[in-house]
Amino acid sequence: MNPVATTFFFYSLALAAIVSAIAVITRRNPVHAALSLIVTLLSLAGFYLMLYAPFVAAVQILLYAGGIVVLFLFVIMLINLEQNVREYQFNKQWIVGTIAALALGGLLFFVYRTGRGAFPSVFYQGYRGLEADNTQRIGIALYGQYMLPFEIASLLLLVAIVGAVVMAKKRI
Amino acid sequence: MAEITTVHYLVVAAALFIIGTIGVLTRRNVVIILMSIELILNAVNLNLVAFSRLYGLQGQVFSIFVITDAAAEAAVGLGIIIAFFRNKETVNVDEVDLLKW
Repeated sequence: MNPVATTFFFYSLALAAIVSAIAVITRRNPVHAALSLIVTLLSLAGFYLMLYAPFVAAVQILLYAGGIVVLFLFVIMLINLEQNVREYQFNKQWIVGTIAALALGGLLFFVYRTGRGAFPSVFYQGYRGLEADNTQRIGIALYGQYMLPFEIASLLLLVAIVGAVVMAKKRI
Repeated sequence: MAEITTVHYLVVAAALFIIGTIGVLTRRNVVIILMSIELILNAVNLNLVAFSRLYGLQGQVFSIFVITDAAAEAAVGLGIIIAFFRNKETVNVDEVDLLKW
């Protein structure tokens, strides 16, 4: 099935993602920032669906919007931020930091603009139609070609669990 | 209208990356800094998936690994924030100077 109105959906999702990302870094209240972060993550899940990656889109919604942001909200509720909300939100070197980051952004846009021809302009046609068994292919790749990185990732999660418990516990 | 190419996705990912970098460099609240790091990781993920549309499935597999790393990083980082807030009663990064001298 050919996609419909790709341009319209792309620009709507891009606008939602960038506006809510700016809201994440400018809101005074961290709860509002976390809720804006959810909007950004859902827009990115829409991008993944447009790129024929339904499994990554589902993992994005379940793990990011459902897991990590809820973890953020829990921590925001655990620590008392009432005093912090009244304080100055940006540090002293914010002008230099913003200028440096924007210079990096200008460099990236310049590279994309001049190197536009280096990227294939049309999508790889042999890939079309493979999205029907996308999840199956990712599973086979994870348990075949990427077996060792997969096991290392599980070890990393175990270490992270132990580390988080050790950090947050009052008395070991 | 013009067709959406890979470069369009790369530009959106670069914008998200820059916004996340500005957040890391300018905010004082360490919870917001962790959220900005999540923005940066998501920009990388969008790049990976956009290139996987061109070259095959490897990019999507790597984006799964990046999401796993983001979960681990958020868990450990928020544990550090809780331990830190218990000791210093603040979440501002410029008041953290225990290791400075």
